[in-house]
Amino acid sequence: MNNLFVYLEIENGKVEEVSLELLTKGRSLANTLKCKLEAVALGFKLENIAPQVLPYGVDTLHIFDEQALFPYTSLPHTAILVKLFEAQKPQIALMGATSIGRDLGPRVSSALGSGLTADCTSLEIGDHEEKKANKTYKNLLYQIRPAFGGNIVATIINPDCRPQMATVREGVMKKEILDNDYKGEIINYKVSEYVCATDFVIKIIERHVEKSKINIKGASILVAGGYGIGSKENFKLLHDLANTLGAEVGASRAAVDAGYTEHERQIGQTGITVRPKLYIACGISGQIQHIAGMQESSMIIAINNDASAPINSVADYVINGDVATVIPKMIKYYKKNSK
Amino acid sequence: MDLKIIVLAKQVPDTRNVGKDAMKADGTVNRAALPAIFNPEDLNALEQALRIKDQHPGSSIILLTMGPGRAAEIIREGLFRGADGGYLLTDRAFAGADTLATSYALSMAIKKMGHFDLIIAGRQAIDGDTAQVGPQVAEKLGIAQITYVEEIISIADNKIRAKRRLEKGIEIVEGSMPLLLTINASAPECRPRNAKLVMKYKHARTVTEKQNEDTDYLSLYSSRPYLDLPEWSVIDVKADVAICGLSGSPTKVKKIENVVFQAKESKTLSNSDSDIEELMIELITNHTIG
Repeated sequence: MNNLFVYLEIENGKVEEVSLELLTKGRSLANTLKCKLEAVALGFKLENIAPQVLPYGVDTLHIFDEQALFPYTSLPHTAILVKLFEAQKPQIALMGATSIGRDLGPRVSSALGSGLTADCTSLEIGDHEEKKANKTYKNLLYQIRPAFGGNIVATIINPDCRPQMATVREGVMKKEILDNDYKGEIINYKVSEYVCATDFVIKIIERHVEKSKINIKGASILVAGGYGIGSKENFKLLHDLANTLGAEVGASRAAVDAGYTEHERQIGQTGITVRPKLYIACGISGQIQHIAGMQESSMIIAINNDASAPINSVADYVINGDVATVIPKMIKYYKKNSK
Repeated sequence: MDLKIIVLAKQVPDTRNVGKDAMKADGTVNRAALPAIFNPEDLNALEQALRIKDQHPGSSIILLTMGPGRAAEIIREGLFRGADGGYLLTDRAFAGADTLATSYALSMAIKKMGHFDLIIAGRQAIDGDTAQVGPQVAEKLGIAQITYVEEIISIADNKIRAKRRLEKGIEIVEGSMPLLLTINASAPECRPRNAKLVMKYKHARTVTEKQNEDTDYLSLYSSRPYLDLPEWSVIDVKADVAICGLSGSPTKVKKIENVVFQAKESKTLSNSDSDIEELMIELITNHTIG
């Protein structure tokens, strides 16, 4: 009882990365709390879920296997989690900050009257002293998230209500297998005891899962453009450099908002968090929420005209100059010296 | 088919222009220090409602917002663009609410508003980016939801068919009303103000606003009742004070920090050919690239 639960996102029998990342984080938090890590799988044909998740240190896997539970719809998944949580009384429940987790989490929290913090960038365990009431809370979940466009970082706590719920974006936590032979208990549930016919009011008529061709998260080299690039046309220059180096093209929120490139390329706390081997920031001034999403890159090169741009402070190399001049030179001298 | 539509809207600080005084010591937002705007995705939501009304002219669109007195500005903005009315939920007891306490208050106001077919809201507000209030309201009202809507494809036989834009593709779903929809920024932008409606509603005021204004127009209100913007308090919507506002919020802000990054020692290069060639050779030699 009072364990840490992770809701697993599953597409065609495969557990999504974000859920595995949460299991990794969940395992380490559960160790601190000396409680168990439990995972909940809802979907259809889930016989291969256990071998995918147990190695992350899952002590108990709850399985709800029924055709009607895939693809995801809000009400049946909500009904199951609410009943399961009422019975199991988790102290913490985590889910991905995805279109599923952000649809499901609020409904579950609303039904249970528990607090939910969206898009956490860090989760820690700590105490809290309520000075007015002279009360100390032990081992709360610190839900740390940026707010106000990334200008501040807030630590949120839920002192009294359980579970303490949080969503986390894909790529924020690191995924790491604990033990390939980890033994966990598997519990299969009868779905009909958890959902009723009226939970299926939303019907999925059509569904296109598009595997994005853009792989920002997996790229070892990123060439990222900011508002300073100036236009959609100028972004082509970044693609030229990326093609030469075998890199992927990323962008800041300002560049995406300005329509210079696709939303899928957005790097930062409101986009994707990246840790490439090399990050080349072109015409990016370095808003806090952007820097927070790329500062763990092994090497950072910043190219811009502005000597006082905040991004320069986290860069290993700062090239003072116009992107339109510098990039062709980088391409030229890479080609000349790479043979 | 005439629909009763409620549009949930929020007046938000424009987080694209955040100054130093943005936060109060208790970790809540100092709204007074920031320009206040109609939350962008709530305008996308309003546009979807207006499109339904274009096709089903007997439909009505009522805005509902919760906030301080000046949030009446966005109700007027909605009226200028084609909404039929609006309610301002305002009370000191609502202050400091997290998403759960907000959704409770909104759901109580919706219950007081009576029958509805559709609730339409923006996917999320730019000050918090949580996307929680829409689904939390739907849960409190016991109705289904369709989030991330980019397009309402059809409305017939009490059913709505909508296209959802998700991070990994699209979904077309169908559901029976009543329903709550949340609208994505990828949906069409809201139409501009209509000059005739601006003339019609420019003197629309809440009771509180009227008390603070010159008396020049007061005679208008008796002959034009549509200029009265209703304000509702905790008592008006029969809400339980204990689950409203800061005290009714399960989440608390423990601390707020300004973001400071560990600065690195960086090497500055010029854009000269020799500097850039040297850098590229170094990157190739240490196997960072190539």
